[in-house]
Amino acid sequence: MTSNTPIKHLLGIKGLSASHIQTIFETADNFKELLNGPVKKTPALRDITIANLFFENSTRTRVSFELAEKRLGADTINFSSSSSSVKKGETLIDTVNNILSMKVDMVVMRHPAPGACLFLSKHIDAQIINAGDGTHEHPTQALLDAFSIRERLGDVAGKKVVIVGDILHSRVALSNIYSLQLLGAEVMVCGPATLIPKHISHLGVKVSHNLEEALNWCDVANMLRIQLERQDQRYFPSLKEYSNLYGLTLDKLNRLDKEICIMHPGPINRGVEISSDVADSKHSMILQQVENGVAVRMAVLFLLGQQRL
Amino acid sequence: MQLIELHGDFSNTAIIGLQPRGIQLSKRLVEAITELQPETNLKYGELDHTFFRDDIGRGEIFMPKKSNINFSTESLNIILVDDVLYTGRSVRASIDALMSFGRPKQVELLVLVDRRFQRELPISPNYTGVVVDSRSTGEHVKVDWSLDHPQVWLLSSKE
Repeated sequence: MTSNTPIKHLLGIKGLSASHIQTIFETADNFKELLNGPVKKTPALRDITIANLFFENSTRTRVSFELAEKRLGADTINFSSSSSSVKKGETLIDTVNNILSMKVDMVVMRHPAPGACLFLSKHIDAQIINAGDGTHEHPTQALLDAFSIRERLGDVAGKKVVIVGDILHSRVALSNIYSLQLLGAEVMVCGPATLIPKHISHLGVKVSHNLEEALNWCDVANMLRIQLERQDQRYFPSLKEYSNLYGLTLDKLNRLDKEICIMHPGPINRGVEISSDVADSKHSMILQQVENGVAVRMAVLFLLGQQRL
Repeated sequence: MQLIELHGDFSNTAIIGLQPRGIQLSKRLVEAITELQPETNLKYGELDHTFFRDDIGRGEIFMPKKSNINFSTESLNIILVDDVLYTGRSVRASIDALMSFGRPKQVELLVLVDRRFQRELPISPNYTGVVVDSRSTGEHVKVDWSLDHPQVWLLSSKE
């Protein structure tokens, strides 16, 4: 974020350059080291206030952001739509402006509507970090995924990553495609034809409908959850059938003639897209992803937080 | 020499160079000590204080460098090493950063150049190379390591 164009908001991976991401990773390396030391806190952002606005449910992202903010010494306020005046009919801009008038510098927002963060960035005067907007983007998840691949395999460039599952409704998939391609990895998406957007090959990704073929091709498999809450119609006959065809089991992994790493952005539906023995196996990077999430989010907050004047 | 007098065989001492410009000096210092005491088990580390600065978000953008301290600082005598001591603010930040690695027994400061009339905090070095008594804030000190013997330049900002 010092290199190339300075960035005020983190709305998506689209808009970042490879060197932005490298800067974030190098900063995250430092924070990870700090987090593994005896004192896990720095006062780097002690005079700034951050509002976490979650208009949609979240465990990991929310806890991770909150921890990252606290480790940086920032003051935080938390907001969830279910217990707020949004239920009384207040608009998004009004809600956020009311919060900002209490002197808040940064907004971390998750919202069910795609583009909500971009919309907000045009109407309010604060820095915005997208923590997931509908089916659009989830940039910090993609950053921590790429950071975890870099940590486990040494580099992202040249690696082959397959994203399996509900690509159509997944913001993680889109952000991951952008970030992995920026860093020089090859990306494939895999899933039933109904859950893969029609023109996705225009993004330069390979498409497969056969999990075994995809697993044989890749170095890393990123398993996505079926987002039933976003599906307004049935996209496949039954969850059982989906699980048989696209669920990752230890049996399928053992049939490969190589070792691959397994990722999952969480929450996991055990027995659907991934079986318990895979999720808990040595191939799984799931908890490593969660751990790296705090360091990566600290890096994003720190780099953006420096540019508020 | 003064260091050897006070720290003996350095068995309980670590030299820590401050990123970015204290590294050169601290490495030379470790070389010189190992030459005099080949048997020494002096510890060496590098410390970055970016996250502890008091001017984050006040204009300049700071990029963190690598901290590299792969030993416990608990109960050690630490010698912080930097090239130029000016306002004292980065040393203050470095001390805070150092404390996040544990509680050392003692912390000392060694600098090549001490601009002693420019201090903004009550900090003074234990060991000094040269003292520069300039009072003007429009000047800065540059240390050139490219030659065999480091050269210290006092430059006015017009240059």
